[in-house]
Amino acid sequence: MSGNGEHQNGNGNGHDPAGNGNGNGVRAGANGRGAPGCNGGGGDDDEQHLLTTTGRAARRGSFGPGGGHGMPAEKSKDFKGSIKRLGQILGAEKNLLIVVALLSVASVSLVVIGPRLLGQATDIIVSGVTGGGIDFGALHRKLLIVAAIYLGSWALAYGQAWLLAGVLQRSMFGLREQVEAKIHRLPLSYIDRQARGDLLSRVTNDIDNLAQSLQQTTSQILTNLLTLIGVLVMMFVIDPILAAVAFVTVPTSVILMKQIGGRARPRFISQWRYTGALNGQAEEVFTGHAIVKSYGRQADVEQRFSADNEQLYQASFGAQFMASLIMPVMVFMGNLQFILIAVVGGLRIASGSLTVGEMQALIQYARQFSMPLSHLASMAATFQSGIASLERVLELLDADEQSPEPEATAHPGPVKGRVVFDDVHFAYDPAKPLIEGLTVVAEPGQTVAIVGPTGAGKTTLVNLLMRFYDLDGGRITLDGRDIASIPRHELRSEIGMVLQDTWLFGGTIRDNLAYGNPTATDEQIMEAARVTYVDRFVHSLPDGYDTVINDEGDNISAGEKQLITIARAFLADPSILILDEATSSVDTRTEVLIQEAMNRLRSQRTSFVIAHRLSTIRGADVILVMDGGRIVEQGSHDDLLAHDGPYARLYSAQFAGQAT
Amino acid sequence: MRAASSPLSTNRQPAALRRLLRSHLGPYRRVLALVIVLQAVQTTATLILPHLNANLLDSGVLQGDNSGVWREGGLMVAFSFVQIAFAAAAVWFGARMTMAFARDVRRDLFHQVTSYSAREVGRFGAPSLITRITNDVQQVQQLTVLAATMMLAAPLTMVIGIVMALREDTGLSVVPLVSVPMAGVLLGSIVYRMVPAFQLMQTRIDRVNGVLREQITGIRVVRAFVREPQETERFERANADLTETSLRTGRLMASMFPTVGLIVNVSSLGVLWLGANRIDAGQMQIGSLVAYLSYLMQILIAVVMGTFMVSMIPRAAVAAERIVEVLDTDSSVRPPDHPVTETAEHGTLEFRNVSFAYAGAQTAVLHDISFKVAAGQTLAIIGSTGSGKTTLVNLIARLFDATEGTVLVDGVDVRQLHPDLLWGRIGYVPQRGYLFSGTVASNLRFGRPGATDEELWDALEVAQGAGFVQAMPDGLASPIAQGGSNVSGGQRQRLSIARALVARPEIYVFDDSFSALDLATDARLRAALTPRTRDAAVVIVAQRVSTIIDADEILVLEDGEVVGRGTHSELVDGCPTYAEIVASQLGAGAVA
Repeated sequence: MSGNGEHQNGNGNGHDPAGNGNGNGVRAGANGRGAPGCNGGGGDDDEQHLLTTTGRAARRGSFGPGGGHGMPAEKSKDFKGSIKRLGQILGAEKNLLIVVALLSVASVSLVVIGPRLLGQATDIIVSGVTGGGIDFGALHRKLLIVAAIYLGSWALAYGQAWLLAGVLQRSMFGLREQVEAKIHRLPLSYIDRQARGDLLSRVTNDIDNLAQSLQQTTSQILTNLLTLIGVLVMMFVIDPILAAVAFVTVPTSVILMKQIGGRARPRFISQWRYTGALNGQAEEVFTGHAIVKSYGRQADVEQRFSADNEQLYQASFGAQFMASLIMPVMVFMGNLQFILIAVVGGLRIASGSLTVGEMQALIQYARQFSMPLSHLASMAATFQSGIASLERVLELLDADEQSPEPEATAHPGPVKGRVVFDDVHFAYDPAKPLIEGLTVVAEPGQTVAIVGPTGAGKTTLVNLLMRFYDLDGGRITLDGRDIASIPRHELRSEIGMVLQDTWLFGGTIRDNLAYGNPTATDEQIMEAARVTYVDRFVHSLPDGYDTVINDEGDNISAGEKQLITIARAFLADPSILILDEATSSVDTRTEVLIQEAMNRLRSQRTSFVIAHRLSTIRGADVILVMDGGRIVEQGSHDDLLAHDGPYARLYSAQFAGQAT
Repeated sequence: MRAASSPLSTNRQPAALRRLLRSHLGPYRRVLALVIVLQAVQTTATLILPHLNANLLDSGVLQGDNSGVWREGGLMVAFSFVQIAFAAAAVWFGARMTMAFARDVRRDLFHQVTSYSAREVGRFGAPSLITRITNDVQQVQQLTVLAATMMLAAPLTMVIGIVMALREDTGLSVVPLVSVPMAGVLLGSIVYRMVPAFQLMQTRIDRVNGVLREQITGIRVVRAFVREPQETERFERANADLTETSLRTGRLMASMFPTVGLIVNVSSLGVLWLGANRIDAGQMQIGSLVAYLSYLMQILIAVVMGTFMVSMIPRAAVAAERIVEVLDTDSSVRPPDHPVTETAEHGTLEFRNVSFAYAGAQTAVLHDISFKVAAGQTLAIIGSTGSGKTTLVNLIARLFDATEGTVLVDGVDVRQLHPDLLWGRIGYVPQRGYLFSGTVASNLRFGRPGATDEELWDALEVAQGAGFVQAMPDGLASPIAQGGSNVSGGQRQRLSIARALVARPEIYVFDDSFSALDLATDARLRAALTPRTRDAAVVIVAQRVSTIIDADEILVLEDGEVVGRGTHSELVDGCPTYAEIVASQLGAGAVA
């Protein structure tokens, strides 16, 4: 999560809305070579860095219930409104919630009556001692009643908590479902604009935090509040004067808590600051381990780390001391309350206005009162942080969705694949028009290659054709139909896509290959794997096609991942193909080997190929040279070389080295 | 990472926690003893209050002696102040001790990792190491904090409470003797079932998060292949699994508080029931009965707290095991006992029949590699991904040690050289230029802190980086963000080349360092480099043929073996692999 801000500006990526938008940073690196002097070349590392950081943050956050790395509880922005929304989320189980509330009231009432009755039992003993012998019949009757009451209250409380757990978990299930469904309805512009770490954190850490804080607090907050009220009532019923005296300590406690809290806060802030600094150092040194070692800078980095570590120690000591002080102070205040009741109560017993049993009841009530009070204080913080998380989830759920789907039309028969960009206008940022009046015609079966420097808008064309983004002006047609009038899923199922950003999901290689065509037979999968040279390296893996891979996994190389994505597109068998830097991580020798597969993949299909390696696109029917959202040149490879324009310059720059 | 705490290792976790505590809390055992004493005093002070209250009732109130009430009341106030004073002191020393413990663990972890060779770092992975030094340390620290503040107090309260209760009246001992173990057993059985449920829940949370993460990172692919329905289905399964486990843990938790409450309440009934008989028989006083009720309450609260703490241990134990794992792993590259500090040769590098295999791997990554580079010469290494180029380079700076054969720098086995001397002679430029937060200058001086500004500019000129550094608002003082994320990849690469030049090493190692540069810059840089490396050996690993075309010798690596060696023109004719590489980059027919 950290460092996202830095990525947005600063390097070549910053002025490359297309690159940024896609998370396809490597293109920037590619173009640095193609167009000398262009401030590119930054994307690769940054994106990697971003991804690892994100993954790590997510993992870190998800470690253990309660997180444990305790970020300071965020304040909510609109507490009332959010509580209302929380009510709506839980509202589906309104009837059960009412039952829960009734059970709580009943159970707490029973618990609160207990000490009073026990006090009366004590009084029976006391009067027996001072009078003539204890009335055991009355005492045992009383105690049995109390036993029944306690048993009843236990059953009610257990039932309450049991039901509430169900309500909460089902609601969280529903909320997670809503979020997941929302992801599929969000426009890509939203997802691209958000810092990825932040978005991931919302759908994972924040929902976890919400579920946990609700589970920890709702049941307790309810019963504690009710207990407070009940105890208060009972104390005043027994002896209003003594109750009033006992409550002298409450405002004092509150003031003390505030004092300590106020002192703890700045210490916690500096603790988090130093923690951040220290984590940053560990991250930097561990990541750059090879450099530190090979320049012999071990002692130096350790010294720096020690200095910050010592600072963190000082800061966290202060914070921890203050935080830990709360408990003893609460105990102290509880003791003072106890003493007040004992002394004042003792005097009142002596004057005959109070019985021993009543005092005993008051002492028990006082203990019951101070416990929930300190509980509530700590739970309020947990609840607050849960609500803050809820707000972040709600922001996501309330985000604008993509434009509505057009009515599904009657299927017009097999797609031929004539794609026309007709006077297309588009901008990621309205203030910075990116594509203005672009017109391209791709005849069925043609291969259209697109080259140009970073930020030229190459990948944007892919975004528009796939309807990841909607046009600002003009139109794109497929066989004469405006793609905006075709339901997205219908359009996309006609188009196969291989991106440089090789995304694979966690699963076996076989499942990943069949991703675009779940009905593919094993023979088809093997065939696709063979022609794309996936088969060759799969055989060297211990579990072959059943080897489990994932996006971050490092059991296969970047180039091998790309081969899998090519095989995946091959199996999907689309009418139109998009290859966006599809072989950028494949070494040049392997690229030559899979060239035949690529040719087969492209034949009979309209294909769009984006590549900076010009050897990849030499055979295209049409090469479009883009710059600044415009086509500056188009034609076949030979035409363009003969024309001696920008393409020829790109070409000679790439091959100059070898020519000497 | 979680695989590290697989079922196999669960038995090791508590042991790991114990070891970590013994080794790193050990130095503070005096403070720990002090904290225990302080906690014992403050607990006793709290627990004496019900006894004083009993006196207040029995000898004050019931005797009609108001001065007795005031006297006992005054004593109670005095003891409360003793309690708060000792408690505050306990918290003070407790915080000191636990924070110092965490600091020491962090320091030792950091030291251990910096002493690692690339092999250990690679084995754990940098992200995992970072998590261990941050999150895992925090988990263990949290446990120790709770231990110092509450966990110590809980058994103390239990023991002292029982003693105090027995002092009031031994005849009622049956009540705590029954209720305390009963509470322990009931809570224990709940916790016992909760711990595995929590662990399962954690894996299921990870699963749900994993699916969501994939859906977001792969959103273009999901949409392009119209896989939304299947993705939703996949998510729903994970979500339902998680809900089922959460419900189970939630309901177990739900049973905890009411059950404890029931035991506390029923016990007080027992005290009154039995106490009445004893009072009737004149064996006990009223005040003692009231005090007894208080003690029982406090003891049982202590039991609850204790159980709660115990339920925290498994999580901290997982973290402790991950920490101990790092502390227990020693660098596989050890400095020599009697290092060589002087060498006869300068600027030479030789590999003699070097083989290398990763620990536990069946096949060697490098097999029987031999070559020699003299001062002023350039050796280039080329080969496709996975051919072992980077591993070979790593052997020079002892990021790894060869499993067979010898690597010689300046004529001496690198394992005999003092590490500082060895590293001082090597200028290593990695595939990905990694810069540290600081300034341009601080990064350039990384290998030689004493370098002058002129020397920095000179190195930048050679590395083709002077232009863009001049263009930066603060020149050499311009800030560099962590990892170098605020400069472009090409700039980063040129800065890390300049960094190596500033260090004035005897052996330059460029590990695919030129690939982020465009061809023209690459060519200018190599031209400027040649006069600077007249007294040094240069090793260049490259993908691009153009980068290495002028090298004195080129090694062609394939699957860890040398399949060709010679100059460019020799190899084009004599080495089919090399010819293929050249052809793939130039296009058919363009081979010159």
